[in-house]
Amino acid sequence: MLKKLVTGTIDWVDARIPMTETWNKHLAQYPTPVNFNFWYFFGSLAMLVLVNQLLTGIWLTMHYNPSAEGAFASVEYIMRDVPYGWLLRYMHSTGASAFFVVIYLHMFRGLIYGSYQKPRELIWIFGMLIFLVLMAEAFMGYLLPWGQMSFWGAQVIISLFGAIPIIGDDLTLWIRGDYVISGATLNRFFALHVVALPLALVALVFLHIVALHEVGSNNPDGIEIKQKKGSASEEAKGKFTFHKHYSGKKDIIDAVPFHPYFTVKDIMGVAGFLIFFCAVIFFLPEGGGYFLEPPNFEPANGLKTPDHIAPVWYYTPYYAILRAIPDKLIGVVFFGGSIAILFLLPWLDRCKVKSIRYRSWIHKANITQFIICFIVLGVLGALAATPVRTIIAQIASVGYFGFFIALWIYSKNEKTKPLPTRLTFK
Amino acid sequence: MSNAPVNSGRRKFLTLTTSVVGGVGAAAVAVPFVKSWSPSEKAKAAGAPVAVDVSKIQPGQLIRVEWRGKPVWIVSRTQKIIDELASLAGQLRDPDSQEPQQPEYAANINRSLKEEIFVAVGLCTHLGCSPTYLPDSFAEQVEGVESGFFCPCHGSKFDMAGRVFQNVPAPLNLVVPPHHYVSDTQILIGLDKGDA
Repeated sequence: MLKKLVTGTIDWVDARIPMTETWNKHLAQYPTPVNFNFWYFFGSLAMLVLVNQLLTGIWLTMHYNPSAEGAFASVEYIMRDVPYGWLLRYMHSTGASAFFVVIYLHMFRGLIYGSYQKPRELIWIFGMLIFLVLMAEAFMGYLLPWGQMSFWGAQVIISLFGAIPIIGDDLTLWIRGDYVISGATLNRFFALHVVALPLALVALVFLHIVALHEVGSNNPDGIEIKQKKGSASEEAKGKFTFHKHYSGKKDIIDAVPFHPYFTVKDIMGVAGFLIFFCAVIFFLPEGGGYFLEPPNFEPANGLKTPDHIAPVWYYTPYYAILRAIPDKLIGVVFFGGSIAILFLLPWLDRCKVKSIRYRSWIHKANITQFIICFIVLGVLGALAATPVRTIIAQIASVGYFGFFIALWIYSKNEKTKPLPTRLTFK
Repeated sequence: MSNAPVNSGRRKFLTLTTSVVGGVGAAAVAVPFVKSWSPSEKAKAAGAPVAVDVSKIQPGQLIRVEWRGKPVWIVSRTQKIIDELASLAGQLRDPDSQEPQQPEYAANINRSLKEEIFVAVGLCTHLGCSPTYLPDSFAEQVEGVESGFFCPCHGSKFDMAGRVFQNVPAPLNLVVPPHHYVSDTQILIGLDKGDA
């Protein structure tokens, strides 16, 4: 009786929208490579953090007052008077840093396994757009508490647009909506932070996944699990049924359905992630001054500059590149270029082999030096500039951009190892 | 597209004209959205230029006016002070106003349009305190220099052209705001000459 009611309801819905069809196509019969390792946790974790940001963000807006007069006090009100307000805020502020942690690890995964290569260029582009929107989202969100670092951080970043010849000054005036950063700036950043950019973010995440599911996931071996129809053995194809959208034209090898196999695995990842996430929320919510910076516990004051203005940690590598260049305009160009060049990665890497497992030692060394330079820049960007540090930042900037140039040069005729015909897994 | 008989020339024309008219419409609709980000009338009024009559300032006297929420100083310098400016170069961080702390027309030895009238934003470039004007007791701070500006917060020192002395916390000279003479005796602070 109950079963009949359930199947009846499902049939009724399916006749009206493709519910079961979508479920099967994207979850229960979606072929996923069996050899996903640790690095494959971070996509689903990014989704989890996105949901966390949306939920806690919506709840914070219920108590937050987006005005120059009321913003700082309303954040204190959330922290002290709103029941569990402190928790919602710390979930949101820690979530911002956690978002960048998982996104950077997610990007690193794509980098080492060549997940940006043909035919996954568009997945990479959408991912980079997500990264870009996320940076804008975090920047605008950081102004909202209206603390000293909110104000002066925004001052520094907005003034970067002033370096653009001719239109620079008018552009900064237009962005601020006032001659100084004021309530007008706060209100528009609030609108963008809570409405416009989250909409863009969700839309881009949707496109990122649609693009991913169209071509299928890459994997640590960097070989395709979709083979020519009729070429694979029954043993390779395994016992699972995959949606005809994937199995109709191709033989699928060494794959399992996303649900329940990877939903269960991802829950493991979620559990591990939450241990760290909760530890920060409850024991280190300010992240040692890197997630919430000390000057931000003072209300914004346009007449008093903090001793040391440093961006939040996730911007510091690019900020270090900006500062490493003595000329403001050229600095801004390289600052933008350090992000823009990432978009070109699928075309800069001309190697046919995707995974680092089967690529040359040059490639391994290049990725290693790139990661070291990125971390060095990240550390330097958080510190006050000294002549010695500026020189180190200049060297690391050369390493950062050198990665892409070197990659383009050696990848054309790279000496790679032979690829396996099947995925390697235990 | 269907196989229905189509006059493709007419269809092309209609597609083009619709796109053009629609595009113009979209651009027109974008105007209010883009323009609404410009400073509001309220912000403009608060940031409006300030007119100051300088004819009544006595030599050596400093008057303060408020512009965009900041104190702006107008100082009348005596000839003795003006003559002294050149001799201080060795003790200053940026004697020739290399850093963009002033409009181009004030990037001279006096950091001003007229020799005797000095206009500056009265905020220390260190942490934004307002320095104190010491018309005749500055020698306690810098030996042999009779007048200057001394910031009581962290001890930064500036000469009578707002140029910062060496070995103090402030990194830069005082900011000279955009300004120009409307008449011989009236300054408009906040606008360069020729700006609307």
